[in-house]
Amino acid sequence: MAHAIDHPISAEPIPAAEQGQHHPIKLYLVVWGWLFVLSTFSYLVDFFQFQGYLRWGLILLFMVLKAGLIVAIFMHMAWERLALIYAILLPPAVVLVFLGIMIFEANHTLLTRGIFFGSGQ
Amino acid sequence: MHQSVLNKATVTGPRRARWQSIAADFGSDQRAFKQVSWGKAMMWIFLLSDTFIFSCFLLSYMTVRISTTVPWPNPSEVFALHLFGKDVPLILIAIMTFVLITSSGTMAMAVNFGYRHDRRKTAILMLVTALLGATFVGMQAFEWTKLITEGVRPWENPWGAPQFGSTFFMITGFHGTHVTFGVIFLLIVARKVWRGDFETGRRGFFTSRSGRYEIVEIMGLYWHFVDLVWVFIFALFYLW
Repeated sequence: MAHAIDHPISAEPIPAAEQGQHHPIKLYLVVWGWLFVLSTFSYLVDFFQFQGYLRWGLILLFMVLKAGLIVAIFMHMAWERLALIYAILLPPAVVLVFLGIMIFEANHTLLTRGIFFGSGQ
Repeated sequence: MHQSVLNKATVTGPRRARWQSIAADFGSDQRAFKQVSWGKAMMWIFLLSDTFIFSCFLLSYMTVRISTTVPWPNPSEVFALHLFGKDVPLILIAIMTFVLITSSGTMAMAVNFGYRHDRRKTAILMLVTALLGATFVGMQAFEWTKLITEGVRPWENPWGAPQFGSTFFMITGFHGTHVTFGVIFLLIVARKVWRGDFETGRRGFFTSRSGRYEIVEIMGLYWHFVDLVWVFIFALFYLW
């Protein structure tokens, strides 16, 4: 059992930390180009004044795509070991729980302000 | 890229074995992050903690924006610039975004040339990155000056909900501080590269230890993170 687990670890010939990452420059230029295109798209969302769910959906889509490209390629996360990937990328997911709690709380605050101050919309 | 994808496939193996490798790494002796240097692992953990800080800022911004009964100022109009005889919405912020993305691109290439031990190109690309970062901070200073002269304060502004000012100054200020420190450290590391410290094994002023070209990559992680945070600020504060 232990042997089977050890195998994939010892299979890598050279420690990544000593050797560094060797990717062609072209990869970075392509990602750079995509980040430009995606940023232009998100700017155009505002320029053309899209509204409602279309606006929020597009903003979030372009945001997630850009963030993914930066983390995966520029920060080399795509080539890191799974243990590091999960240790770093999983904890921020808990922020989504916090997000849910705060949306709930903020809406409650708005409701009570509307009821008791009477100046709500 | 194809080479590295192939390497990854052979190293990590089938899906089941990949999950087992996580359990094996975390259950192993002495260190969990195999083949990841301490410097890099610690930078990632620092960035994780910074992620929580910026998450809290953005969540508090969301909370006050949802719960206020006063209309929120329209960022598209607030951040418009009067150019060529008409108001162009958000144009300064768009340029700042492109400047920061470009600096991320030059930083990624600096890391690449660093691992090829190309001192000249690495140092020049890092200096270009620092210059773009300084440009970003300069434009942010311009933006702050414009808003302050228009009467935006952390407690009031002419257009609507007073929380607009406090969240704006807090979030962009904290981000700008990160960029500023990034520029300072970029200049320090670029100087080390230029001088050939990582070839000669010259000891660092602060740590008294000799460095490696990996320091360029660790510096790069921080810089890309600053760009990453801007992606979220741009989407959630300026565009929303």
